[in-house]
Amino acid sequence: MLGKLTWSAIPFDQPIPLAAGAAVGVILLLILAWIVIAGHLPYLWREWITSVDHKRIGVMYTLLAMVMLLRGFSDAIMMRSQQALAFHSNGYLPPDHYDQIFSAHGTLMIFFVAMPFVIGLANFVVPLQLGVRDVAFPTLNSVGFWLTATGALLVNISLVVGEFARTGWLPYPPLSELTYSPGVGVDYYLWALEISGVGTLVAGINLVTTILKMHAPGMTYLRMPVFCWTVLASNLLIVAAFPILTATLAELLLDRYLGFHFFTNTAGGNVMMFMNLIWAWGHPEVYILVLPAFGIYSEVVPTFSGKPLFGYRSMVMATMAICLISFMVWLHHFFTMGAGPTVNAIFGISSMIIAVPTGVKIFNWLFTMYGGRLHFTTPMMWSIAFIITFAVGGMTGVLLAVPPADFLVHNSLFLVAHFHNVIISGVLFGVFAGYIYWFPKAFGFRLHEGWGKAAFWLWQVGYVLAWAPGYVLGLEGMTRRMQHYDVAEWHPWLLLMAGGTAIILAGIVCQIIQLFVSIRQREQLRDVTGDVWNGRSLEWATPSPPPVFNFPILPRVQGEDAYWSVKQRAIQEMQLSAEPEYTEIEMPRNSPTGFICAFFATIIGFAMIWHIWWLAGVGILGAYIAFVVFAWRDVPEYIIPASEVAAIWGANRQARKQALERMAVQS
Amino acid sequence: MIEPQTIPDTDTAPGDPHADSINPAAGLISYGVGLGFAVLLTVVAFILATTTHLVWQPSIPVALCVLAVGQMAIHLIFFLHITSGPDNFNNVMALAFGVIIVFLLIVGSLYIMSNMNQNMMPMAGMLQSQQ
Amino acid sequence: MSSTTVPHGDPYHLGLFAGDHSPTAEHGVHDLLSKRIVTGYGFWIFLLSDIVMFSAFFASFAVLRDATAGGPSGDQIFDITDTALETALLLLSSFTCGVAFIGAQLKRDTWYFGAMALTFLLGVGFLLLESREFAGLVSQGYGPTRSAFLSSFFTLVGCHGIHVTLGLLWLLTMMAQVWAKGYRPDIMRRLLCFSLFWHTLDIIWVALFTVVYLIGVAT
Repeated sequence: MLGKLTWSAIPFDQPIPLAAGAAVGVILLLILAWIVIAGHLPYLWREWITSVDHKRIGVMYTLLAMVMLLRGFSDAIMMRSQQALAFHSNGYLPPDHYDQIFSAHGTLMIFFVAMPFVIGLANFVVPLQLGVRDVAFPTLNSVGFWLTATGALLVNISLVVGEFARTGWLPYPPLSELTYSPGVGVDYYLWALEISGVGTLVAGINLVTTILKMHAPGMTYLRMPVFCWTVLASNLLIVAAFPILTATLAELLLDRYLGFHFFTNTAGGNVMMFMNLIWAWGHPEVYILVLPAFGIYSEVVPTFSGKPLFGYRSMVMATMAICLISFMVWLHHFFTMGAGPTVNAIFGISSMIIAVPTGVKIFNWLFTMYGGRLHFTTPMMWSIAFIITFAVGGMTGVLLAVPPADFLVHNSLFLVAHFHNVIISGVLFGVFAGYIYWFPKAFGFRLHEGWGKAAFWLWQVGYVLAWAPGYVLGLEGMTRRMQHYDVAEWHPWLLLMAGGTAIILAGIVCQIIQLFVSIRQREQLRDVTGDVWNGRSLEWATPSPPPVFNFPILPRVQGEDAYWSVKQRAIQEMQLSAEPEYTEIEMPRNSPTGFICAFFATIIGFAMIWHIWWLAGVGILGAYIAFVVFAWRDVPEYIIPASEVAAIWGANRQARKQALERMAVQS
Repeated sequence: MIEPQTIPDTDTAPGDPHADSINPAAGLISYGVGLGFAVLLTVVAFILATTTHLVWQPSIPVALCVLAVGQMAIHLIFFLHITSGPDNFNNVMALAFGVIIVFLLIVGSLYIMSNMNQNMMPMAGMLQSQQ
Repeated sequence: MSSTTVPHGDPYHLGLFAGDHSPTAEHGVHDLLSKRIVTGYGFWIFLLSDIVMFSAFFASFAVLRDATAGGPSGDQIFDITDTALETALLLLSSFTCGVAFIGAQLKRDTWYFGAMALTFLLGVGFLLLESREFAGLVSQGYGPTRSAFLSSFFTLVGCHGIHVTLGLLWLLTMMAQVWAKGYRPDIMRRLLCFSLFWHTLDIIWVALFTVVYLIGVAT
């Protein structure tokens, strides 16, 4: 009746997951109770859960990412403390726990922190920058978000019901096959990723179509902001690479559930084929993460240098070059696993080549800053820190791209330090910069600068302390994922790494405090005109937060940095551009389809994991019915009357006029 | 439902014919011709594969692949109306991107895996084919 | 869909000429490409992602083709007559799908419903033949658990079969939608997506019967 599910699935005998699960459960219940009792549920349902507005969905993606960052970082704290303690000792985490923790850490960070953060920012910003009203497929956007949330939910449920995979964040066979992982852990991983993979693919299709087919009048491709170009490249990679992940994980599922022989040790299975296919996805994946972060830097640096981006065309070419070459390097993740020297050499060379367009980008950012008037706001600090720190990580990457060198340091802490280096300073610093940069646009008030700078410095110092020793340890021979060790030379470095983690924790605490303080002080930090940073692109031409329709009429674009020239002309003439002729606007209706589909997807995933076949059937039927009900809808849009448009937009024009007048008085 | 006023489309949706008005005769002819070519290529492929003395044996897989690519092109042109005009630019670019990825994945995987299989220890290789 | 609004010297809207006025700049307030184009293109992108997924299964098949583990290889289990019949059915169904598409654009009920029904029957025929082939293999002990080659064969061909099944379900839904609501623009957009899907399934079948069946039998 309930498949493999029994009461023993709940870890009553394991204090750490039990306590953590109980604490999270209590907090969630309290939050839910507060929402219901304070009467916020109708508002939440109407304005957020069923929203198809790209801005709301972007915010929800980002919120999911930040909450999952806390969970992933808790895993990191446990790993670091375990390794600091486990010198000639077993530490406090038995091996099978430790294995689940590092597997969950990697899975959460890549799939449920980095990806949603990047997709969330892209969702929020891209339609505004393109000067259009929404993405190409708004309801599909909602479906994509909620399916991603389903994946995150399943991984978190594994903490208290059952177990998680012990295979690392990529479940290499034969360990991940049924013979060696008979429990539900790998199944949790596989179903969570298959479901959220659909969500990611849907987001990819949406953003590619939006960027290629929906532009404000006059915005040709070569007038788009560079952020849009990088989001395009990243989402083309999503569309191209995620199907490979889907297929490979499906093959592993077939092996585990139906006894197929794709990756088994017997009956002709080929274990190495898993590595080959999964990294054919895995390498584009890291570029999916980092390209939008590069785009964020390309927005932040020009704004806070007071200059247009240097070398727009070369940025575009570099972005598209990275997009294409990222599909030609994947073997460098398994140089040591049996390929011959010719194959290794080819992929080693291509891996070195891909560093070149990134170098082009770095020089472009540097030349943008050169000769500009720099404002060292928090987003700018994150960007400058990125340039310096990422250069180190990139260089270690080129070192790793040399197969003979890789043979020495593959799967050592050198490798782990390298990818944390590039992901933290590349992706995480970027999304933090983007978060602070676009927060005022989303919510109408800035984040507190002081706490922001404190958080930045703690993160930067903490990161260096946490990961620079990793390079040393790797060269000293320490393998990754060790639950205990007895080499005395390693111990001090691991203590340093734990210390760095504590400093990063302080940084995260500062970020949380920053949010609370900013909300409390929001009137002082209010963004009145909608253009709080003196921005250059179209999103700064809207009020903060933008109305649901973004623009009353689609803006006419004359060149790159579409908003800058409009603003300069207005300042010169001391007069806003002509008031648009307001007409009524039709916008897509909200829809619970996304939430309902995800609800059934959760049921399907959970049922499949625990072999509750009838429940899986119920889920599939429910999802199909929800889909058909949505397809039968007769009125997909609603009208916003012209008077309402005029009222909203007119209020913002007032604020901007007042700002212009203030500027006239000052000068 | 109100459809927003739009400009005359400068692009064509993939799968849509390009004619301004719907011309059923032209449409049917397009599908009919496509069917005819496809049937021809299919028949040739089946004959090639099953009658082994017609063509030099080792060239058959290559010939079959060429015929398959040709037939896919027939489908794309006659059934999906993909052309090389500027109104189809985005559609062709997307298709080209997909083809590149497919090519990289399949050729890359075959190259890598055959290289690895070659480097497998002889005992393991024998075990694989005997089980 | 005239091409008279394509701007001089910049047919692909790249904006290479500074200060050029793209055609969209002169027009009214709702200057976006029609929903039909946007929807069609988005679905096209989805289809390309589906093709990449199939190519991952193809790659697995190509790698595992010889991993027969003492069991049968392709030429020993494939019945080419069956394959030829399946190909004929699917190819014809592509043709009838095209006819149905024209019928929908002309808003002719008999044309549309007749051709869609034909497409459905041809598709069901294809699935019946394929299920019979699979069942036959399993009953002989040559199911997907026998060897890696058979695992990859069943997965690759089966994945296509699942897509055909879902396509037939979609076909029935499209017939029901037109019957209930007529040839509304949003339903026409979905029909465009469906016909793209159905034709692409035939394209994938071309690759399938060539690589799996024909090359399997010829070597």
